[in-house]
Amino acid sequence: MIEVDNIHKSFGDNHVLKGISTTFEKGKTNLVIGQSGSGKTVFLKCLLGLFEPDEGNICYNGQVYSELSIKEKRNLRQEMGMVFQGSALFDSMTVEGNVMFPLDMFTKQSQSEKQDRVDFVLKRVNLVDAHKRFPAEISGGMQKRVAIARAIVMNPKYLFCDEPNSGLDPKTAILIDNLIHEITQEYDITTIINTHDMNSVMEIGEKIIFLKNGLKEWEGTNKEIFKTDNQAVTDFVYSSELFKKVRQMYIEERN
Amino acid sequence: MKYLEAIGKYFIMVWEVFKKPTKWRIMKTLILKEVDELVFGAMGIIIFISFFIGGVVTIQTALNLTNPLLPKSLIGFAARQSVILEFAPTFTSIIMAGKVGSYITSSIGTMRVTEQIDALEVMGINSLNYLVFPKIVAIMLYPFAVAISMFVGILGGWVAAVFGGFAPSGDFIQGLQMDFNSYHVTYALIKSVVFAFVIATVPSFHGYYMRGGALEVGKASTTSFVWTSVVIIIVNYILTQLLLG
Repeated sequence: MIEVDNIHKSFGDNHVLKGISTTFEKGKTNLVIGQSGSGKTVFLKCLLGLFEPDEGNICYNGQVYSELSIKEKRNLRQEMGMVFQGSALFDSMTVEGNVMFPLDMFTKQSQSEKQDRVDFVLKRVNLVDAHKRFPAEISGGMQKRVAIARAIVMNPKYLFCDEPNSGLDPKTAILIDNLIHEITQEYDITTIINTHDMNSVMEIGEKIIFLKNGLKEWEGTNKEIFKTDNQAVTDFVYSSELFKKVRQMYIEERN
Repeated sequence: MKYLEAIGKYFIMVWEVFKKPTKWRIMKTLILKEVDELVFGAMGIIIFISFFIGGVVTIQTALNLTNPLLPKSLIGFAARQSVILEFAPTFTSIIMAGKVGSYITSSIGTMRVTEQIDALEVMGINSLNYLVFPKIVAIMLYPFAVAISMFVGILGGWVAAVFGGFAPSGDFIQGLQMDFNSYHVTYALIKSVVFAFVIATVPSFHGYYMRGGALEVGKASTTSFVWTSVVIIIVNYILTQLLLG
């Protein structure tokens, strides 16, 4: 579980996060949504420990990040997995090398143990025949799967995803969403996803936080987002004609 | 003010490079890979340039020694001094700043743009140590490249002198041996170690702290070449004053 308590973050005069408090529960897929510039990425980077908040605390299973020693922070980082927007796979390594990298760096496992683990996670993300290929030789969807495999290879307690389905076709995007959701439940991970994708919101948003101008404007579930009267949320979520119609149908059905 | 800030940031980066080392088993592989990329990969161009620079220095010296009272051995002497003191360590380093420096900036810059550096940081890895330290260690073999450059440069001078008809082989070799001071070679190798450090770290700095996209990677490579060359020239002046002055 991650508890966020009133975090603020500024860059010079630009006050990006203006006091966000929330809780992300274990075994749930938590989504952070909001317009570009609303502070989603800064918020995620604060959660990852890449940015230190100017004010406020972040607790990981009761451990306050700012009170941890350097070694404890390093150990905590090894419990985190991250799927970057552009996958961020190492170009010079094969798919197998990318997934094995965290094991090489942080474990004392034998080569065969590492190989077994890599084979297992690649199979889990439905990639069985790409071990020896380089990131440039595989599709965007496959790269995302490799990034997910790399993120979960160390059995993380926390999984962070920055727009995991951006640049993917709708079918592959849904597959990636479902994969993250399944992994979250299967391994009982605290997953936090930054997204713009409304399909993700509707499909896997067990908890949704809507950020606006560096503040938490709304929070709820994918069921509650249909019912909300918050104008900022409805303007954002139902900005497309399709979603407006879906909402209208839902309201008519409810009445 | 901007430059002072950048200089401070550079020294902080250098300090960070030596903190929290990566596992030796991994580091060893990275160092060997960088030796191949940065040193062996550059040997071809170093040998090519050194040979012709040695030849050109010899021809120019010969063409300027028009007084018949001056012995032909002076051509060999001048070629040796020029190549050992300046051309092999400094000129080669400028070439390396272009070849190796641009490679370092663009490879690290691309990793920055594509969030690969963030990925390392998220895993709890000291990305500066992982990326820059192997380059610094690998390029410490650069003095060997400079020593080869000295040899090839003088060989180029001998070929130009003998086959160009500027000096007989015996006179040229006599000039090479005239008043030889081994400290000059030591001085050149000390310089090359310092230049090697500059060639590894200044381009890394430009790559690591770059912002933007693919276009900025190109710009950072150019800027890194300019600044690496400037730093080499300034350091060359200071070291010459300190070691020979």
